[in-house]
Formats: sequence, C-alpha cells, structure tokens
Amino acid sequence: MSKNKVLMCGNEACGEGAVIAGCKFYAGYPITPQNELISYMAKRLNETGGAFVQAESELAAISMVFGASAAGERAMTSSSSPGISLKQEGISYLAACELPCVIVNMQRGGPGLGNIAPSQGDYFQSVKGGGHGDYKLIVLAPMSVQELLDLTFLAFDLADKYRNPALILGDGLLGQMMEPLTIPSDMQPKHYDKPWALTGCRDRAPRIIRSLLLGEGALEEHNRHMQEKFRTIKETETRSQSFHTKDADIILVAYGSVARIAKAAMEAARAKGLKVGLIRPITLWPFPDKTIEDSCAATKKFLVVEMSAGQMVEDVRLAVNGKAKVEFYGRMGGGIPCEEEILERVEALL
Amino acid sequence: MPNPASLRMVDNHYCAGCGHGIIHRLVCEAIDEYGIRERVIAVAPVGCAVIAYDYWDFDVTEAAHGRTPAVATGIKRVRPGNIVFTYQGDGDLAAIGTAEIVHAANRGENITVIFVNNGVYGMTGGQMAPTTLAGQKTSTTIYGRSLRREGYPLKILEMLAVLPGVKYAERVAVNSSHEVLRAKRAISKAFKMQIDGKGFSIVEVLSMCPTYWGMTPIQAADRIKNEVATFYPLGVIKSC
Repeated sequence: MSKNKVLMCGNEACGEGAVIAGCKFYAGYPITPQNELISYMAKRLNETGGAFVQAESELAAISMVFGASAAGERAMTSSSSPGISLKQEGISYLAACELPCVIVNMQRGGPGLGNIAPSQGDYFQSVKGGGHGDYKLIVLAPMSVQELLDLTFLAFDLADKYRNPALILGDGLLGQMMEPLTIPSDMQPKHYDKPWALTGCRDRAPRIIRSLLLGEGALEEHNRHMQEKFRTIKETETRSQSFHTKDADIILVAYGSVARIAKAAMEAARAKGLKVGLIRPITLWPFPDKTIEDSCAATKKFLVVEMSAGQMVEDVRLAVNGKAKVEFYGRMGGGIPCEEEILERVEALL
Repeated sequence: MPNPASLRMVDNHYCAGCGHGIIHRLVCEAIDEYGIRERVIAVAPVGCAVIAYDYWDFDVTEAAHGRTPAVATGIKRVRPGNIVFTYQGDGDLAAIGTAEIVHAANRGENITVIFVNNGVYGMTGGQMAPTTLAGQKTSTTIYGRSLRREGYPLKILEMLAVLPGVKYAERVAVNSSHEVLRAKRAISKAFKMQIDGKGFSIVEVLSMCPTYWGMTPIQAADRIKNEVATFYPLGVIKSC
C-alpha cells in the first residue's frame, strides 16, 4: 500500500483537500452531517499554522470568511442545508465583491430543519443564485471520498482564478462514508497574485472592497462585468463524465452520490443487454448543457434521477430543448434511490 | 490645524450638524499619531457612514449589516500584524449585529470598535434604534418610545464590560470642543490597546442626528448634554 493511501470519511477528505490547497482560514458553525469537517479543520489548521474560528453563527462564519478572503488568504466555510440558507447573505456579498472562497454544503433533508439524512434539495439554491442579486457560484459535485479531496483542491484554484466563490455540493452520505483514497504527493496549489487584497496600503494607494455602487450606471456596469466573467467560466470550466452515451436508448442523468447509484444501475442494465448510458455533471454550474444537447443525436430519452422533487431535471429539459423525452425519478426527505429502483424505472421506460 | 493625512480632503455627504465628520477626523488623527496608516484595514458599516471609504485614505472593506465584527475577525486572524477597526452605528452594532459584537468581544479579538450612537437609524429615515431613549419620537415611535411596548434602551457598553475579553470600553461624546478632545483621547487609547496586543477595545461615541431628532445642530448638541448623556453616562467603563 502506498504511503499516501489513507482511509478517511468524506468530510475529512474535503478538509484535507482544502489544507493541501493552502487554505489558511476556516470559520464554521456545527451542524450535522458535516461536523467531521469542522473538527478536521480545527486540528489541521492548528498543525499548519492557519487560523480556525468556531463562529457564533453561520452568518458570522461566512462574514469571517469574507474578511479573511478580503485580506488575501484562501478561506473556507462549511455547513449543511439550513446553515447554508443562513450563509446566503454573505455568499451574495462575497460574489458581489468578487472574493474567492470555498463553501461546502453537505446537504440534508429539508425544507426547514428537516432531518440529517442525505438529500439533494439544495440544487436550485446552489446553482441559481441562492442569495439576492444576479450572481453564480462555481458548483462542484463530487461523488466519492477521493473526489471530495480532488474537487475541493480544484475549487480553491477556480475560486482564485475567477475571483468567485466556489461551492462543493455534497450530501450527508458522501460526507460521512469512509473510503480509501490516495493523497497525491505532487498536488501543488497554484499561486494567484491578488492585487485587490487588503494588506495595508504600504507603498501603494489604498484599496476598497465594496459592493455598494451608487454612481449612475455603476452597478449595472459591475453586473455586466460579472456576467462576462460567468460566460468565460461557462466556456472554460464545464465538466462532466459520460458513460455509454453513443449507443444509448436511454441516458441517465445524475450527480453526486446518486450518480454512483445510477452508474451501478447502468452497469446492471448493460449486463442485461439494455442500452443504457449515463451523464454525470461534475460542475452543476456551469451546467454541461452542451454535452446533454449533443447526446440527443444518439438517444431519444433521458431519465434524471435526484434526491429531490426534481430540480436539476429543469436544466436537463432546457439543454434537451424538446429534442428528446425527459423523465424524472426522485426521492425526497432523506430517501435514497437504490440501484434496483432505478433499473426498474429504466425498464419501464424502454 | 493641519488636516490628518489619513483623511481625504473631499466634501462629505453628511447632514449639517452630524457627528460622523468629527468622528472620522478623530479616528484619522489617532491613526496618524501612531503612524499606522499603512497597516490599517478598516471595516465600514451599513448605515449613514456606509461610504466612509470615500473619506478615509487607507484600506477599507464593507460588511453586511451587523456582520462588521465578524469580517474584522476574519481579517485580523489572517493578518495579525495589521491594525483592524470597525466603525459601526447603533443599528449595525446594537440590533442586527448584537451577536457579532458580543462574540467578537468575548473572544477578545484584538480589534478596535468605534461605535457611533445617535439613537436613531439615520440612513433609512429616522426609525427607532435599540438605543433610542424613552419617550423619543422617531418615525416608528411617533408618540415616543414606550418602555412597555418597545422595551428599554440598550446600554451596550455596560453589557460588554462584563466580558473578560473586553479590555477597554469608554463612552464619549462629540457635542462640544471639550468632549471632542476627550473623545480623541479615548479613540487614541483604543487603538493603542490594539497596537500593544491587549485585546478588544471599544469606544462609544454619543453623536448628534439633527435631521432625525428634528433639531438644529446647536439644539442637538445641547440634547446630548442634557438628555442623552444622562442616560448613557460618559467616561471609562472598563480599562484593563
């Protein structure tokens, strides 16, 4: 066994990805099912000379991240669904001020206090804005403990590259399950100059970080600039995986933990001789709509599987744009679809 | 009197008789006095002083309403060598941001807080603040603040003073030249506490809002002496 092969839960792997990425600040407020991440950051930032604060609330935590990011350091917070709702105010401010940071949401059942079982009910909130105003987060959806490390590392890079908050959208299942993972020894965080960071105005003009733009047309201009940035991100950073989509009679679309289950269902179907494919978005925003649209040439039917009442299915429908039928199967409130359930749906649709 | 290097010599947007201009100047004088302009990172509030960064000549960020001390915490924790201060009104600090100020103080964050108390929400049109005095008329207490209905004015400094993390708390006013000089000394001391690494320091400044008090600037200054300071006593509340 390689020296850097370890057994960790997803929340810890996420924390380790952050530490390797050079995260120097973490603030958070405990909420199940992401508490292993808070504890991990408390320990690791102490070891690596970063700063950890257990905040008095989610609102304070995201604002502390705002401060640390404004001061030019890589910063992170994490929470789970109800806590992310509370953070939305700060997330909107971070996006408006173009401050990079990484936010982790290990989703739980909702709405409201819900339960602590895995869910994917926060898709809309994650990819459509969530807080007030016109903005987008870069949303990455890991489906394994390994990917929690890899994509968290990537999220810090993308956040700095585009000066935009990045969100890791996992769920309680991914956060708490344990899997062996490899920590690559050559993971080196990229360095980005931050000519906007507040460091004290020694030998330079003072800097201001703000989202209040009162001048005539100034805010519209800033919004135009942000939308231009979002277009660049969409063109450059859209990521997905496709399996057996070239000859598929039906293509499953699923992300995160459900993508794993859908993949198993696809493999079971293929073993039975059924032509089933899978598209698994890795970035939920930007959404891989081109990949989905292009696959309409080979298939006439999609089945979107989510642990929600049907949220990502709307983006699939937009991408398909009437060129194929889009069916949906979802479970809510902590219900997890199993392989057989998905296979049964597929067989009914074929 | 020379102008402070930290203060931009531009016209400001404050109403006639408002205390913000004086308090901005006192903060800048203190910063110049210690030669820390190039180390300062300020957190501007939401409220009347929302564009303080147009007047200050050092690094400044904004914060969401009330989250000012949390933003300052994030800055100070990653840049302990910088001098970090927040500038907050009574709505920002004593209402929507009560949790943030209590916990930043209780953690003993090595930051300085300038708390401007004028007893009303000025920016939004003169509504009741937590600090509004009993009987005071505002746009949301048109017959005067009723203690039975709206509760009691909040004495933030006395509350914070019981916390071990708070090392210095003083209440001052800017209604007369004599009080302005005392305010200057308090603000300077609050920065010195941070420079020396002593911990959380806060100065509450009783300030005038002639516009929403419905008074002339002179009447407003007199009201601080005759009414406001009788409820919110001036002086050092805690110094360690």
